[in-house]
Amino acid sequence: MQTHAFTCDPFVVGKTQPAATDRHIPAEEALCPVVSHEWVNSEYKHLVVEASAKALAVKAGQFFNLLCPSPDAGDLWLRRPQSVYRVDHANRRVEFLYKCVGRGTRGLATLQTGDQLNMVGPLGVGFTLDPAWKNIVVLGRGVGLATLAPISQLAGEQHIGVTAILSARSAEFVMTTELFEQVGRAIQVLDSDGTSAVENVEKILEQLVAEGKADAFFTCGSNRLVQLMKRLGKKHGIPGQVAMEQIMACGLGPCYVCVKTFEVNGQKELRRVCIDGPVFDLQEAVGW
Amino acid sequence: MVDMSVKIGSVTLKNPIMPASGSFSTELAQVMDINRLGALVSKTVSREFRIGNPTPRVAELECGMINSIGLPGKGVEYFLQHQIPDYKRFTPPFVANITAQTPEDFEAMARDVNVPEVDVIEMNISCPTRDPNGGNFALHEDHTYTVVSRVRRATDKPVWAKLSPNAGDIESIAKAAEKGGADALTIANTLLGLKINTDTFRPAIGNKYGGISGPGIKPILLRMVHQCSKAVKIPIIGCGGIVKVEDVVEYMLAGASAVMIGYLTFRNPSGMIAIIDGLEEWCSKRGFARVADLTGAMIDEKPAETYASAAAPIG
Repeated sequence: MQTHAFTCDPFVVGKTQPAATDRHIPAEEALCPVVSHEWVNSEYKHLVVEASAKALAVKAGQFFNLLCPSPDAGDLWLRRPQSVYRVDHANRRVEFLYKCVGRGTRGLATLQTGDQLNMVGPLGVGFTLDPAWKNIVVLGRGVGLATLAPISQLAGEQHIGVTAILSARSAEFVMTTELFEQVGRAIQVLDSDGTSAVENVEKILEQLVAEGKADAFFTCGSNRLVQLMKRLGKKHGIPGQVAMEQIMACGLGPCYVCVKTFEVNGQKELRRVCIDGPVFDLQEAVGW
Repeated sequence: MVDMSVKIGSVTLKNPIMPASGSFSTELAQVMDINRLGALVSKTVSREFRIGNPTPRVAELECGMINSIGLPGKGVEYFLQHQIPDYKRFTPPFVANITAQTPEDFEAMARDVNVPEVDVIEMNISCPTRDPNGGNFALHEDHTYTVVSRVRRATDKPVWAKLSPNAGDIESIAKAAEKGGADALTIANTLLGLKINTDTFRPAIGNKYGGISGPGIKPILLRMVHQCSKAVKIPIIGCGGIVKVEDVVEYMLAGASAVMIGYLTFRNPSGMIAIIDGLEEWCSKRGFARVADLTGAMIDEKPAETYASAAAPIG
């Protein structure tokens, strides 16, 4: 855990009250008790925390900047951005599904039930749904599917049909098939049997377009799939949204660490993933 | 009640806590009441549009972080037309941080931002990754004197010069800035460093070299603040590695009249507000009626017993 003495004044969810003056401030730093934290396969963990009122207002595609415990003798100096997997309003919980890949997530994985997770958020610009859409297609790779779960749920609640194409190395890493099946149809494509090849995914997407099942595209988790969806979106005039990731520092806008290149009206420009995104127009994305 | 106000020359701040340039924008209103800050400090503005450096722009170190953002910005016209009105929605004094790569351009920049909405001009003459002959004026006494005196000619506003901890002799640089007409010194910018990824054999950040910040550099900057406070008569603003109330107290004891905070905002976004509250409480507990009384209050007596006196013959 943290070894350095800092001044910080977050309130503890369920124990202390946030400052009354915080009413007009949309995001906050809060200590959220861990309700459960389980491995779902050899690489991914499912983290559930008790959340504050502001945290529960998180919109699909928004993220929290998490202060992960250190996995080693050193300190972690920067937070780690993490998109939300699920919001459980009834039980006042926010859920994350993440892949253990670096120091931050390895540290995060050490949290146990009853520990407190320091979260800042909700942050960023999330997905949008046009009520005119009847059917959407979500295409995610690996743990990127977790980011697409909330927008799929929201579409389900608004009676918009969802087709989810779930791409992964093998069946073990296909996330949350059940969740997507609850709101629509889930199609698995895998590296292990070759079905995840871009040419095959392209065929599936073309089929969905031909069937009128693709009023909008949503994607996250793979540059190749982003390029594919962008190309088909352009070809068929289908609007699209992509959730991006980038190494981040403040998570709030000022530091300009998390920039990515976008192409807007023929001009390349840098935008900040934390505050201009993390969800962007698919046609303006240059690469994931 | 503790009097939390401090004076930086002609400028009165309601408390000594300011954000460091580059770690602040009005977007922090997402997580805090930014009207509580002692002053607002803009990200460095250049005359021209700047795209900034390649990503990754930041990496973690054992003692903090290293960054090289590359001063991205939309140029001074955009700053005047869009950013200043945005900052002026808030009440604290507004510090415009500017930079340029030649003394001539610096003087022109100072004239450009010499508008009523700007309360203070802070000169970034110390971007650590800039060339010593192309904007990193604070590495040399002569360069510092030249650029500060040119900006001094261009404006009657208070001018703060942000110095570099990468200079070999920071006291001489501080004196040169004072002689050039600076009203205060910010000590200091980040320390130039390098981190290499041992998996890829490549630098950890896109620009190769970057500026180190965070608690690891604080003792170095604290020493520089103390040295410069003895070398110049103008006020000093301490900056580097502040993450808690006691760090602010240390900078003030070393001779700073106020402080700037950068890294902490990344770790605890509303940390500056917690420090303002905590500093008042600290003063109250220790019986200080005015926070300004801490400035320069380090007890700097000769040790009671030295090796020489201990070794001296008795009697």
